[in-house]
Amino acid sequence: MLPLKEKDKPIVRKLLSSGCCARCVLRFCCVSVQAAYRKPPQDTLKELQAFISNTENSTSQESAADSTEENSKSHDAAVSEPLGEPPNKRVKLEPVGTEEEEEAAAPAVAKLKEEESSVCVACLGILQELCGSTQAVKIAERVKTEKYEFDTVVLSVSLPAQLCVREHSCWLHVKKELREKSMAVDKDNAVQVKEAFKWIMQGLVAKELGGVVVVARSLFEVSVEFTHPETDADCHFLASTCADCFKSTKNKQSVFTRMAVVKALEKISDAVFLKHYACPPAQPTSSCSPQYVQCLHVSIFIAGRYNKFSRCLPQTPWVIDGERRMESSVEELIAAPVLSSFRADGFNFSSSGREDVDVRTLGNGRPFAMELLNPHRSRLSKVEMKQLQETINESSDKIRVRDLQIVSREAMSRMKEGEEDKTKSYTALVWTRKPIQSDDIAFIDDIKDLTLDQKTPLRVLHRRALAVRQRVVHRMNTRFLDSHHFYLELKTQAGTYIKEFVHGDFGRTKPNLSVLLKTDTDILELDVESVDVDWPPSIPE
Amino acid sequence: MDCLEQKDTEATAPSVIERYYTRWFRADMKGKPCEDHCILQHSNRLCVVTLAETHPILQNGRAIKSINYKISNCCSRLNNKVSGKSKRGGQFLTDFAPLCRITCTDETEYTIYSCIRGRLLEVNESILETPTLLLEKPSTEGYIAVILPKFEESKTITENLLSREEFESIVSKRAVAQSPPS
Repeated sequence: MLPLKEKDKPIVRKLLSSGCCARCVLRFCCVSVQAAYRKPPQDTLKELQAFISNTENSTSQESAADSTEENSKSHDAAVSEPLGEPPNKRVKLEPVGTEEEEEAAAPAVAKLKEEESSVCVACLGILQELCGSTQAVKIAERVKTEKYEFDTVVLSVSLPAQLCVREHSCWLHVKKELREKSMAVDKDNAVQVKEAFKWIMQGLVAKELGGVVVVARSLFEVSVEFTHPETDADCHFLASTCADCFKSTKNKQSVFTRMAVVKALEKISDAVFLKHYACPPAQPTSSCSPQYVQCLHVSIFIAGRYNKFSRCLPQTPWVIDGERRMESSVEELIAAPVLSSFRADGFNFSSSGREDVDVRTLGNGRPFAMELLNPHRSRLSKVEMKQLQETINESSDKIRVRDLQIVSREAMSRMKEGEEDKTKSYTALVWTRKPIQSDDIAFIDDIKDLTLDQKTPLRVLHRRALAVRQRVVHRMNTRFLDSHHFYLELKTQAGTYIKEFVHGDFGRTKPNLSVLLKTDTDILELDVESVDVDWPPSIPE
Repeated sequence: MDCLEQKDTEATAPSVIERYYTRWFRADMKGKPCEDHCILQHSNRLCVVTLAETHPILQNGRAIKSINYKISNCCSRLNNKVSGKSKRGGQFLTDFAPLCRITCTDETEYTIYSCIRGRLLEVNESILETPTLLLEKPSTEGYIAVILPKFEESKTITENLLSREEFESIVSKRAVAQSPPS
């Protein structure tokens, strides 16, 4: 039995006669029992017919399922005539009896007939033939072609915005009737098309996908999008009545977004709405278009450390005026094998600081993390991660990766935390204009915690704010090479610009090495020896 | 394919300027003989305004008496402030905008000009404290100002300027003109 109350009867009658499908009638009657929607709609329709026929003729207690064709014809008369429905409103009750019988013999024919005969004015077919096991199989097939790995699923639905307009129109239609009977409209507890669709389809799709579990917060989402070009114009009158709700923005295809339409409908008065739009809504000739199915797995994150052994490899693709400068980059070398292992659509690369194209990163390497977008595969074992790391390392001798692992989104923030506080070690090859002996540079080894005032280097001033930043060089060590060259090892606060400390940047870093040595100095090579961040955790080889 | 690993020897004195900057010149600024300016344009489009080696201030052992960034009663380049990545608030300069006036101890006075269109990012305050920087290192620590051309003008602003070769040929002609006819 349908969980309907006596007060629902006028609503049911009104909606059925205006071309609403059985499931939409349940929605408007706030039926929140999911099982009621999962029943075949033909059965529901019969039950509804029986339900309203009881009002008309309370002595007749026979169930709708048993009602004869004659009976349904009498319902028809009982329902539509007293209400004075215009004859052009196709009454749904009429063909039911015959159709039921036909369907038993030839379901396909009967179904086709129903499709042809009446597309619901409220859901545009979404809760009719677009909602059932045939459709569930179709959706599942689409999902399967993508070969995702997942064990839970959630279904999401995107509906044409005009559904809101049609829903509104149906409510006004019901309201008219109820006001005559001085009953309140319970709009808030009505069931949304979306909800009903998910109640019916989610389980069916999950079953077709091999019995995966439906979880509201699943990592894997299958979204089904419906469009209905035939009735797209339904929304258009709102643009003139509620112009302020439809501001055009560059990146939107249409101003008639669902949100905007809902907002406009909240504002519009019933009288204005009724002036512009049919109540109940006009009968569509076709159902919504075959749905567009899209799958999305939430991002997963991986982290590790990389070495860069080349002085002509940028960290990220280097493009100037739309033209590529170097043939590869650290992130691309790492990303290519990673994307193919996780079968992800894209990635976002981030790292704990970055080095210039001509700077090598040695030692334990620089921590990095990658967000993998829409990974079709999301779980790799430790062994598989190790293999992936090997693949990356074998693919190029310009980089090397270690500690490669899957991490949580939250853990990624550890990398960016305290970016200013951590320390970094470097080795620089320094040139001096004046000839030097090892004694001349020995004093540098004794300098501890030297505070620099660094103006934003000219090198990056075009894209960073101008400021004077204080940075600390904790320790320095010199290794004499020849009369014009020495190696300078430095341990500095993160964010210190080493090149500028060595050459002075037009005197904009003070003090700088040329001030300390009282001769022009320049930097010929720079290596990052360590980035002292204890994340991600190291993985023993 | 790896790039050349360059290890400079004593023979080649490396320089930050040669590596990252292009030198542009304006000779005889505003028709005043030998008042040559040198603009160092970084590959990131930023420009550093400096005195060319041939500028009279750097000749004849002149010494500097004063440097004044206050170019009129109401405008001082020292008041220039830029904020944020977009360098809001910087004074916008055209080719002939004066940057500062330099007076030498022999009472000669010279005006240094922007030479290019762009937003003034900073002036070199170090030369106020240590004017000798201007004489000793005119193209590095003794720079005058840093200007950021508009992105869309970064290629065209140097069209009115002389390349190094063009400038050197002008300078060599000057030398010929000055040397007594034999």
